[in-house]
Amino acid sequence: MRIGIVCPYAWDVPGGVQFHIRDLAEHLLSRGHHVSVLAPADDGTPLPPYVVSAGRAVPVPYNGSVARLNFGFLSAARVRRWLQNGAFDVIHIHEPASPSLGLLSCWAARGPIVATFHTSNPRSRAMIAAYPILQPALEKISARIAVSEYARRTLVEHLGGDAVVIPNGVDVDFFARAEPKAAWQSGPGDAAATGAGSGPTIGFMGRIDEPRKGLPVLMRALPAILAEVPGARLLVAGRGDEEEAVAALPPELRSHVEFLGMVSDEDKARLLRSVDLYVAPNTGGESFGIILVEALSAGAPVLASDLDAFAQVLDQGEAGELFANEDADALAAAAVRLLRDPARRAELSERGSRHVRRFDWSTVGADILAVYETVTEGAEPGRSVAADEPAGRTAQD
Amino acid sequence: MTTFIWIAAVVVLIGIYLSWTAGRLDRLHARIDAARAALDAQLLRRASVAQEIGTSGVLDPAASIVLYQAAHAARQAPEDGREVAESELTQALRATLGEREQVAAVREAPAGEQTLAELTAAVRRVPMARRFHNDAVRAARAVRRHRVVRYFRLAGHAPFPLAFEMDDEPPAVLGDPHLPA
Repeated sequence: MRIGIVCPYAWDVPGGVQFHIRDLAEHLLSRGHHVSVLAPADDGTPLPPYVVSAGRAVPVPYNGSVARLNFGFLSAARVRRWLQNGAFDVIHIHEPASPSLGLLSCWAARGPIVATFHTSNPRSRAMIAAYPILQPALEKISARIAVSEYARRTLVEHLGGDAVVIPNGVDVDFFARAEPKAAWQSGPGDAAATGAGSGPTIGFMGRIDEPRKGLPVLMRALPAILAEVPGARLLVAGRGDEEEAVAALPPELRSHVEFLGMVSDEDKARLLRSVDLYVAPNTGGESFGIILVEALSAGAPVLASDLDAFAQVLDQGEAGELFANEDADALAAAAVRLLRDPARRAELSERGSRHVRRFDWSTVGADILAVYETVTEGAEPGRSVAADEPAGRTAQD
Repeated sequence: MTTFIWIAAVVVLIGIYLSWTAGRLDRLHARIDAARAALDAQLLRRASVAQEIGTSGVLDPAASIVLYQAAHAARQAPEDGREVAESELTQALRATLGEREQVAAVREAPAGEQTLAELTAAVRRVPMARRFHNDAVRAARAVRRHRVVRYFRLAGHAPFPLAFEMDDEPPAVLGDPHLPA
């Protein structure tokens, strides 16, 4: 099958959507399909052979932050050229409602179009104002995919219609097979041992200085955890100001926190394989929670805030424990209980490993291909995705 | 003279808008047709595999008859009885293949692995195709409710699009391909 994928965000900037598209493209290529990805990229950046540059993304203030977007005649012309050269059976647009390549391709293409909605932002005023412009473009999409039940609900509320839920994919075996690292594993002592480095380890991953990721909540809970499990260590992987992060912590407890900075994919997998407990205290703004899936893949027992998206990934608490969002006391109580109970942790790890199989690329990729096949099946045979004529003209032919 | 030019310009603009809307609607109707064709194909596939299992004799006679009867009725159903017939097939599938032992029996039959893979794909794709179809119907209805579309009869003779409503909940054992066999 000839598949065209549209990435809305700059290829050289790391991000969840970009990684998802990279993994999807590589999965489809490995299954023998022809794949071309259209993505914004600076002219100099080295790109994988399957990526076509749509030109440089321009930083513009949008929706409260600076977004790097593609628009204008030049980008639109590149989209058209890509569509004409590609002769795709289906195109898959990511984030079609963002004012970037996604929307441009939606506008420019006709034929079987699949779209994935990643974010579940609350409805913005710009979106309401743009609705009449957005709608004619969005109604060309033959199949919508939402990454979680929560994302689907927001999509239905904002734009109407319906979508199928297909979660983001993870290479489960990459995490499951990673080698644990002794330095990140629990010390020789058990939960009762004292002294930093002798007890169990707790993992956290995410931007340190982004409160949304929840490190402050974990820092508030830490004294209570250390009071009960004095030997515990917290391993923090992620960018940000380390001084500021521990500022609220009593000085004598600071040695229990270890900052690892940015870690590579391999180290991330090894860290998740090593820790005794993975904590995700995110306070909001998550539409999926790929990090939880990665932690489950690595067999780490997971304790997460009870956001809608997290509860869904953790099968409503079956595959990992949940605590009341932003409640540091609840977090501390649950963490202490788990750290003291190896049997429960082993049970969570085992259940998580079984549950996480549905997020493996082999399953997710097959589902996405099923969507492609469903939309191309109904289309006229031999008709591929083409650059669209203005609607007025097609009406007369 | 200027007035005349203005009037002409407005008329042309209205004409372009109407033509654009008609084109938009035409495309939506084409999308519904494509989605309906895809849904028909998936439903037919599901009924065929179900009928195959029903006639193969791997299930007990009672289950075989129930499945065969439901699959046959779904394939023969007239247009206005289709939703009911397909829902009944869904229920028959849930009843006959609701337990692991029954699925295992199908798997052990000759070429059973393949039959089961086809059925799993079909019960997964029917809800997908139906969701895409109903999404297209909703989009077309939203445009057709516009005053402009109604007054100028831009929809032409195309019938008012109807959603396809049915029970398409797959048997739990089949719907979750991750369960150990």
